[in-house]
Amino acid sequence: MFDNFPLWPARASVGAANVDALYIFLVALSVFTCVAIFTMILVFAVKYRRRPGVVAEQIEGSNALEITWSVIPMIIFLFIFAWGAVIYFHERTPARDSAQIYVVAKQWMWKLQHEEGVREINELHVPVDRDVELIMTSQDVIHSFYVPAFRIKQDVLPGRYTTFWFRATKTGTYHLFCAEYCGTQHSGMIGQIVVMEPAQYEAWLSGGPSIPLPQAGQKLFAELGCSTCHRADTQGRGPSLEGVFGKPVMLEDGRTVMADENYVRESILTPAAKVVKGFKPVMPVFQGLVSDEQLNALVAYVKSLSQPPPEQGVKRASATPLP
Amino acid sequence: MATAAVTPEREHYLNQEYGIKSWLLTTDHKRIALLYLVSITFFFFIGGFLALLIRLELLTPAGDLVLADTYNKLFTMHGQIMIFFFLIPSIPAVLGNFLVPMMIGAKDLAFPRINLLSWYIYIAAGCLMLYCLGTGGVDTGWTFYTPFSTAFSNTRVVEAGLAIFIAGFSSILTGLNFVVTIHRMRAPGMTWTRLPLFIWSHYATSIIMLLGTPVLAITLVMVVLERTLHLGIFDPRLGGDPLLFQHLFWFYSHPAVYIMILPSMGVISEIIPCFSRKRIFGYNFIALASISIAVIGFLVWAHHMFVAGISLYSALIFSLLSYLVAVPSAIKVFNWTATMYKGSITFSTPMLYAFGFIGLFTMGGLTGLFLAALGIDVHVTDTYFVVAHFHYIMVGGAVMGYLGGMHFWWPKISGRMYPENWGRLAALIVFIGFNLTFFPQFILGYLGMPRRYWQYPPEYQVLNVLSTAGATILAVGYLLPMVYFLWSMRYGKIADDNPWGASGLEWMTSSPPPTFNFEETPEVTWEAYDYANIPAPEEVQVGG
Repeated sequence: MFDNFPLWPARASVGAANVDALYIFLVALSVFTCVAIFTMILVFAVKYRRRPGVVAEQIEGSNALEITWSVIPMIIFLFIFAWGAVIYFHERTPARDSAQIYVVAKQWMWKLQHEEGVREINELHVPVDRDVELIMTSQDVIHSFYVPAFRIKQDVLPGRYTTFWFRATKTGTYHLFCAEYCGTQHSGMIGQIVVMEPAQYEAWLSGGPSIPLPQAGQKLFAELGCSTCHRADTQGRGPSLEGVFGKPVMLEDGRTVMADENYVRESILTPAAKVVKGFKPVMPVFQGLVSDEQLNALVAYVKSLSQPPPEQGVKRASATPLP
Repeated sequence: MATAAVTPEREHYLNQEYGIKSWLLTTDHKRIALLYLVSITFFFFIGGFLALLIRLELLTPAGDLVLADTYNKLFTMHGQIMIFFFLIPSIPAVLGNFLVPMMIGAKDLAFPRINLLSWYIYIAAGCLMLYCLGTGGVDTGWTFYTPFSTAFSNTRVVEAGLAIFIAGFSSILTGLNFVVTIHRMRAPGMTWTRLPLFIWSHYATSIIMLLGTPVLAITLVMVVLERTLHLGIFDPRLGGDPLLFQHLFWFYSHPAVYIMILPSMGVISEIIPCFSRKRIFGYNFIALASISIAVIGFLVWAHHMFVAGISLYSALIFSLLSYLVAVPSAIKVFNWTATMYKGSITFSTPMLYAFGFIGLFTMGGLTGLFLAALGIDVHVTDTYFVVAHFHYIMVGGAVMGYLGGMHFWWPKISGRMYPENWGRLAALIVFIGFNLTFFPQFILGYLGMPRRYWQYPPEYQVLNVLSTAGATILAVGYLLPMVYFLWSMRYGKIADDNPWGASGLEWMTSSPPPTFNFEETPEVTWEAYDYANIPAPEEVQVGG
């Protein structure tokens, strides 16, 4: 019977346990506060109900009480704030050695591509006990990637990347919902997350023919002519992209920006927005010329240029000769 | 058939003039309050009907009662009508309009014609909204999020946006009228610290109306322009930013929650001292809390955007500020409770609503603490947890306060008593129906059911059935007062000038009051809630 009437959501990630702990604390605090206030009201209502010959005692107030019931809640609130902030901070700390998944949302489906090249729709297979990072963008309106079992959601916006990561702790199949209202079939924009044992996952990954995303990006990099200017030897008209990703970049106007997914994306679509110090804004605009999937491949390629020499997992794409 | 009063009728604001023209061209704040009462009641029942359709659709997991597009329009227009055409005008435009001049000893508001104008603006906006509803409706959600509203929705976004834009002017004018009236028209001796707390809360509300509403108006104009002329303010393909819309929208729409709840807090601050026969506990602190809520309320808007893609550090700051705004609300609850201590308490209908208000507002406030916690918000935002939370505040809180106030001042407004036992019964039904409707939604939200879902996974059905059952009970609870208020206008017991033995200048004039409120301008020499010197009425039934 309880299959059809759950009172607690599945818990399947490291973060979920943290969220649940704070939630339980808050439920306990709320129950305590409600019981305290309602009991007081009830006691006063009975004890001080109108009785003949008894008049109310006029009381102005009490500064001591006012300060007490301002300061004590304030301290409790600050404690809750700090606890909630720690969880959030942990969620936002970048993942390490993560499996990278590129997500493109559109009305009304989730398109997912693994770094290894495998594509999925409305279903995402991930390994257990490993950080999985999602790099997400939308083709149309705002969506939101929500996995209740992981207690995590992140809006997916058109025109930029948003990212988050999770580490699943339990194999199984979990709900994936779109949580930001996105039109007619909003409630149909659902899917599932399948958490698998690492070995199973590897087997599943190698199940079909696919080109790793950085490699696809490298091919595109050559086809679009990017490689003529962005040369590895720093002699090109554009800056070399070797080792750039994840590091601060000095701009022509004196600012410094972090070379993250959004910066790479912007520099492809509207290159003149943030020009690297020492270079001229000569790069053509690619807005409207490359699809979100192609952008993902290019970003994955640029990222791969900054990864340490391969130890495990994905191979460094530039080490692979062009086909 | 009951007979009309036999004694020759005293002249008052209701019988001074007759005929439709005397109502449509009136500048009497009390008559305008009644015009508002009729109009917002009309919109309340439209919005309520839409809510019932929503709840019926959600009775089963499959989308089987209405089409997906229809469902999306139902929750959109339920939200827009309830917020902009019922909740925001509710207490200020009805009870505030009726009471603000009387409570401070004035003949009318500072700008009586502007007051009438604000009602006409409201009606114009309401007609446009009805036109929008009748010709297909709008499906953006009441939040109008871009780029869905500007580039993807095929519904009447422009009409709905303009209707709300126009309604905004009505609320700006009401706010302006209250601020000027409270500053300039207080009777001799009515100092700021002698004002009833109802006035303080309306003053705070008016400040939000004046400062916040223009931002919403500009934002909606930008949506309309973007949609019709493709300006690119919010469109990333043209260099715009969809998040900019959310910042602008919530800059108004979070404080708007305080427009809805502050006036209710004002009502509760009148009812509890009266039925406890006591001066309110901590007058200064409650007054100051109202102002703090209005001010800090402007600094918390981005807590609606913790998963929207704002930076880590702005999320931290907005979370912290959200906890600050919770403190003055907590202070109020404690002071109301303390007011009952050593009182002489009776349990008439308004007091039952006040108890209901404290209960539901406390639960709404406590669940606000969950949502302000960043780690929890990431999980429960955009789920039914949020839906439950804001209904506890805006329906549990605001509407309980509104109904409590309507019962409390009904004798003054109509000159008749409502039937007390029916009143108590309705208050109980509303309280039970409300909790049954919305409490299960907290659990649904933590389980992960997203809001605005037309169909849902089957494991969420039991809780949804409970919620729908509650909604039908709630509907009965809301219909009852309308029926017996109408009944009482003709058959109710004639009310005394001060049937509750309440403090406040409005009770020192006759029921219903004369057109200019007082025979002669009162001179105030006493503090607010001077219950030590006001005898308790004999007629009020004792005990519960």
